[in-house]
Amino acid sequence: MALPFELVCPAGSLSALKVAVDNGADCVYIGFRDDTNARNFAGLNFDDVTLRQGIDYAHHRGKKVFVALNTYPQAQGMKRWQSAVDRAVAADVDALIIADIGLLDYARQQYPEQRLHLSVQGSATTHEALAFYHREFGITRAVLPRVLSAAQIAAVTRQTPVEIEVFGFGSLCVMVEGRCLLSSYATGDSPNNHGACSPAHAVRWDQVGQNLETRLNGVLIDRFAEGESACYPTICKGRFNVNNETYYAMEEPTSLNTLELLPQLIAMGVRAIKIEGRQRSPAYIAAVTRTWREAIDLALRDSKQYIVRSSWTTELDRLSEGSQHTLGAYHRPWK
Amino acid sequence: MTTARLSLGPLLYYWPRQQTFDFYDEIANSTVDVVYLGETVCARRHELDASDWLTIGQKLQAAGKEVVYSSQVLLESESDIRRLKSLFNNNKYIEANDMSAVNLATEASLAFVAGMTLNLYNESALALMAKKGAIRWVAPVELNSAQLGYLVRAVASTLETEVFAFGRMPLAYSARCFSARHINRQKDSCQFVCLDTPQGLDVYTQDNEPFLTLNGIQTQSVKSCDLLADIPLLLDLGVNVLRISPQAQHTPAIIELFRAVLDNKIEPQEAFNRANSLRLAAACNGYLHDKAGLDLVASRHVGSY
Repeated sequence: MALPFELVCPAGSLSALKVAVDNGADCVYIGFRDDTNARNFAGLNFDDVTLRQGIDYAHHRGKKVFVALNTYPQAQGMKRWQSAVDRAVAADVDALIIADIGLLDYARQQYPEQRLHLSVQGSATTHEALAFYHREFGITRAVLPRVLSAAQIAAVTRQTPVEIEVFGFGSLCVMVEGRCLLSSYATGDSPNNHGACSPAHAVRWDQVGQNLETRLNGVLIDRFAEGESACYPTICKGRFNVNNETYYAMEEPTSLNTLELLPQLIAMGVRAIKIEGRQRSPAYIAAVTRTWREAIDLALRDSKQYIVRSSWTTELDRLSEGSQHTLGAYHRPWK
Repeated sequence: MTTARLSLGPLLYYWPRQQTFDFYDEIANSTVDVVYLGETVCARRHELDASDWLTIGQKLQAAGKEVVYSSQVLLESESDIRRLKSLFNNNKYIEANDMSAVNLATEASLAFVAGMTLNLYNESALALMAKKGAIRWVAPVELNSAQLGYLVRAVASTLETEVFAFGRMPLAYSARCFSARHINRQKDSCQFVCLDTPQGLDVYTQDNEPFLTLNGIQTQSVKSCDLLADIPLLLDLGVNVLRISPQAQHTPAIIELFRAVLDNKIEPQEAFNRANSLRLAAACNGYLHDKAGLDLVASRHVGSY
């Protein structure tokens, strides 16, 4: 009997949650409307009322809701994060996604039965790290950072009692999640301390002659010639000058897409695929969820016959950042 | 009177073997109190092996230094884990830079230093680390002085607090090697290109502002964190150890500047001014003052010190 394999989709609003459920998500992950989660953007996320409505909607259809409390509680702020745990548990969420060891400790002490997942922001890349979180906090599942190759994921999965969830599609973090302070170096705010990378308040788009320039707190991240498609200024995807050569010094604006690895991931015992993008529109969530549902169903039904359908790739590339996709670190030569 | 000890952080760059030995010979003769040793950035770097680091550590110990062996930050492969485990041979004193290392230290009931990449941002996380055997923690560079002071007070009875006080700040880690990428090589066939850049590879914006430094899989600030002028503030907050990060030149002189300020032999601001000729690039201290990390804020602190 094969282990269950879940499609975990993002939602930044109640309508996004509903379309994710309607289009085949097994689980939807969401956050509260504050810096207790790593997509702390204006107009996004849930309050207690919409959280309960979302959970009702999902549970009536046999689906799960996870709440991400995946930022690091700041000094003197612990109470706010603890209260977020209390509110999520009271609303009957299926799992809490947490990064910080202090908050994991609190959740485990207060709610011994609550299912806990280690967030990708926890930066756990080895079975030894997972052993710590498993022993100390009884985590059931961990989301692995987007830095391991497929073979390395298999090795971790083999050696841990913790369920493994990996990213399948969406924006690609080039840096280890939880260990990237580039955004706060330029702006003061980072995922770890404010729940945001490249915060909107620091972003500027300047038309300078024929060029469009993007800046973060004044730092020039990229310059786009006329006709070039401009993208949001994320430091790791900017063009910089190194030894008089201007290029994407860290990574091109590209999306992660692991459709072709799906049967391999299932075979190695990975238990869930995560789609990035709580900041995305319901239309985006619907299209991505539908495509991945179809792919997962095919891979589970008949892994030998599985091929990536061109209609899937076309659909996902249409939605992707820079209309390019990559296997990222899953494919060793990327490194 | 309140004072602090001085530490030398792990060498973040990749230098030729002899240069590394010579560097630590100089450090043995310096007035630094604590020295962190070992390769924390990239497992492919092999100019020194574990026994070489041990040899250096023994020399430093003989010179009266407290020696701590730092663990690799980003662990990916089985061989990374094997190397980490061997670090725990001989009951050495470890700086744990990943929860894998914390796990091994906990299982072996060894005291450890909780490193700056463990993401310890609050008192609950620190209390847990203390319970697991940590005796000191290194604050994330992102903390501002109010947060730092609060946490120092919260842990004062169980943990020492160490602060990154000088040098290019480690900001990010990746599976990808950016130094190899610069010359269109993959990490597995990097041919050890970072030996050519003993202070990393500087990244400029397209309007020619120095911004970041590539150091293999690590990305650093191009600017040098410099908290010399902030020493009175740090002492008032109760910080116990000030960390200086190694650079190819002037490290002993920088150590002596910190020592002179701690010994009240030179004004903090004067020490900061003298460091102008010793830094790799412009100074910054924005994080401590609740600004962007790259900012420089003049210290107005008048402490009890």
